[in-house]
This record gives sequence, structure tokens and C-alpha cells, in this order.
Amino acid sequence: MTLTSLAFYLFATVAVASSFMVIASRNPVYSVLFLILTFFNAAGLFVLLGAEFLALILVVVYVGAVAVLFLFVVMMLDIDFAELSEGFLQYMPIGATVGLILLLELLLVFGASSSLIDAKPMPQATPEGMTNAEALGRVLYTDYIYFFQAAGAILLVAMIGAIVLTLVPSNNPKKQNIAAQTARTRDEAVETVDIEPGQGI
Amino acid sequence: MDSVFFDTYVWPALIVTAHSLAIILALLVSLAFFMLADRKIWAAAQLRKGPTMVGPFGLLQSFADILKYLLKEVIIPTTANKPVFILAPFVTMFLALSGWAVIPVSEGWAVADINVGILYIFAISSLGVYGVIMGGWASNSKYPFLGALRSAAQMVSYEVSIGLVIITVLLCVGSLNLTDIVLAQETVWFAVPLFPMFVVFFISALAETNRPPFDLPEDESALVAGFMTEYSSTLYVVFMIGELANIVLMCAMCTILFLGGWLPPVDIAPFNWVPGVVWFILKMGLMFFMFAMTKVIVPRYRYDQLMRLGWKVFLPFSLIWVVLTAGFLQYFGMAS
Repeated sequence: MTLTSLAFYLFATVAVASSFMVIASRNPVYSVLFLILTFFNAAGLFVLLGAEFLALILVVVYVGAVAVLFLFVVMMLDIDFAELSEGFLQYMPIGATVGLILLLELLLVFGASSSLIDAKPMPQATPEGMTNAEALGRVLYTDYIYFFQAAGAILLVAMIGAIVLTLVPSNNPKKQNIAAQTARTRDEAVETVDIEPGQGI
Repeated sequence: MDSVFFDTYVWPALIVTAHSLAIILALLVSLAFFMLADRKIWAAAQLRKGPTMVGPFGLLQSFADILKYLLKEVIIPTTANKPVFILAPFVTMFLALSGWAVIPVSEGWAVADINVGILYIFAISSLGVYGVIMGGWASNSKYPFLGALRSAAQMVSYEVSIGLVIITVLLCVGSLNLTDIVLAQETVWFAVPLFPMFVVFFISALAETNRPPFDLPEDESALVAGFMTEYSSTLYVVFMIGELANIVLMCAMCTILFLGGWLPPVDIAPFNWVPGVVWFILKMGLMFFMFAMTKVIVPRYRYDQLMRLGWKVFLPFSLIWVVLTAGFLQYFGMAS
């Protein structure tokens, strides 16, 4: 038993256990926190595979940004926890059926492909003499640059579409005119008035 | 116990633990003095003396404060979510301290000189938001919650511009390793050719660490003390240490990315006799002085102005700089 396999079992066990807790815990905020723990352990598994760049990108993107937004939304939900678990029995048969089908399919795929995997040597994480970032950059930005750009364009269109669909034009937009605010000088804003005593303005 | 097992596993583990403990101890002691420096600078700018009573010139004030906080009773609100409430400050402190694992304070003086060091620090600093957001939510009260929401939006926004600034520096270096980034600045510090990016990074670092003028998550005139309202005694001081460690981490990051890390300002006789770690600490001190002065002289931003600055000014500006830098390096054949 080497240190690497020990670390693998640790990360894998915690990842599976915490992803189970994501669906098992009653409080949705706990679910998101367990999801973050799952991401961390997945990142640990990436490091063990020699893909440290991918591991840190996983942490930056999923934990640092996506999960923050999840938490942001979940915290603002007003949820009655008792009500949430009420419909459980009603939906259980259909959920169990879907889960069972998925499990069977996964088992079939693994059973079919395990004979193929054993025959091949273990693939290397990166080509010889290259860092992670270099190898990924070569694939994404040199070999498949057009596909990468196309994917970026699709995401941009999706983002603009989402904004257009959800933007509700307001009748009373409290718009700030920043140029006017910063162009304001002391002379326009302040006036010195010499007041006679007892007179008022 | 056979010696092979000892040599391969136990001994390296012991060495790494000793390194980490040494750096954490040095960091925690210096944080006490950074805290004092912050208060002294603030006081001096307002023609006050600041703390003077504990120790000579008040040098031991921070230790007295920490002792006081640790000895007080921990009060946890009855409606608070207890596990998350207690976890939050420790998350903040743990993350801020773990960032120091990869900081090279002098040539070869890093606990772990990993290949993706800068990305690691970026990841750690982007996780700093969790302590704030968890603390604010677990307090189960209005003001802390508002503070947590503000902080989440603010830190996610400014991370984007920090990421682009880091990309600009990486284009000039061609490596993600922090030691390589410092060594690439032997001829000229990146603060000179990339000066606008240095300014963007400094301001974004202020926003990322919730420092004034961007301390809206703990805006005392509107939100009592923001996400820290319900915290007291030990938990409060752990939060404070975490925040301060984050600020000092940002100072170190500024030093490494733009001020040449441990390198002397000019590589001639009297300057290069001084050990690198002294230069590193001096530069970090300079950055911290700038952080402290900003707190003194700049009034707090309005929240919509803060968001506008992040998304509509810094994001396009730094994006244009990334494109310009990349084009320049490619055109003059300096791309690595």
C-alpha cells in the first residue's frame, strides 16, 4: 500500500460520502456545503492523477464562483423543511425506477468497457517534458482553436439570450449618470451666501 | 520500524510540518505587528498617537487584545446555526494561512514550490468569500445576512479582474511558478511596464479583502458590523486574524507579481548584500502601508458604484490590456 493509493482511497471515500450527503441532508445550505467538499476531493483526485492545473481550475471555477452563486440563491430561499419532505412517498416509485435504470446502464457500460481498458497501458496525464498548462493550452488554443472559439460563441449567445429573456424593463429606472456625477464641480454644487443676521435666506 | 519507511514517509512529513509551523508562527507574530501598524498609521494621519500603553510605544497592544478576546465568554445567538456559525471564522483563517504554503519569501524559501503556485493562491483567495457568507447566514439575523450577500457579489466580481491581471503577468513570464515569476523580473519589475495593471490589481485586492473604501460587507454606519455583528470573543478574533492574514497575503502577492519579490531594487553592491527575505518584508510593508493609507484617506464607496467599477471599468480595461500585452509580446517576438 503506497501513500498515493492511501490518498486515493481517502479522497474517493470522502467524495462519495459527501456527495451522498448532498442529497441526504435536509437543509439545502448544508447540501451546498457538502457539494463544495465533494469538489475539493475531486480536485484532490485530479492532483493524484498528475493534472494539477485541472484540479486548481476546478477549485477556482466551481468552488470559487459557481458554488458561491448556488449558496447565494439557496440562502435567499424561504423554505419550510417539513413541507419539503412531504411529497417524498408520492415521488419515490418514479425516482427509484429512474435510479435503477441508470445503475443498470452504468453497470453494462463498465462491464463492456473493462475488458478494453485492461488491454491498454495506463494513459499519461501529460506528454513528456510538458507542464499541464502547456499541454492543455496546445490542445485548446492550437489544435482545436476553431472548435474552442465556436464553443465560446455558443456560450455568449446563450448568456445574451438568458439576459434578454429575464430582463424586465422598468418604468422607473433609477439610472445613475456617472459622467454627470464625476463632471460636477464645486462651483455647481456649493454656493456661499452671505446672510444678514435675523434675515434668513 | 524499518528505516526505508522512515526515510520515505515519516521524515519528509516531519520536515514539511516543521516548515509549515515555522512559517505560521512567524506569520501570526508579524500579523500582531501589522495590526498595530495599521492602527498607528491611522492614528498618525488623524494627529493622534494610537495605542501607547502596553509595552514600549504600545508595541505589545495586539497581544493584549488577543488575550482579552480569548478570555471572554463566547456568545452564540440561540437562533444561530451553531455548526456553521463556529465553522465560518475557522474557514477564513485556515484558507488565509494555507495560501502561505507556496509563497517564496526568498530564493528557494517556500514550503512547497509547486508548478501552479499562482493559480493555487488565486484559488485560495477566491475561497475567502466562504467564511464571510457562512458567518453571515449562520448568524440568522438581518444585518449579517445583508453583509454576507454584499460580500459574495463583491468578491466574485473583483476576482474576474484579478484573474485578468494575473493572466497579463503570466503572458510576460510564461510560467505559473511563483519563483519563475520573481526571477523574470530581474531586469525590470513588472510594476514599471505593467503599471496600469498594478493599479487595477491593488484596487481589486482592496475589494477582494473587504478593506476600506470597499468594506461594504461590514459597513458600520449601515449594517452595524456586517457579517461580524453576532460574533464575539474567540470566534471574533479568529475572524479578524483571518481577514488580516488575507490582507497580508494580498500584499505578498502584489510583491511577487509586480515588485520583484525578494530581488533588490538594483543589483549593485550595497543592495545585494541584504538578504532577499529582508527585501521581501520591506516591499510587503510598503504595500501594507498603502493599504493602511487608503483606509485613512478614501471615503467608503456606494454599493452600485462598487459594482460599476468592477464590471464596467476594470473588466474591459484589464481585458484590453491582456490583448495589448499578448499582441506586443507576439509582435516583438518576446513570447515565451
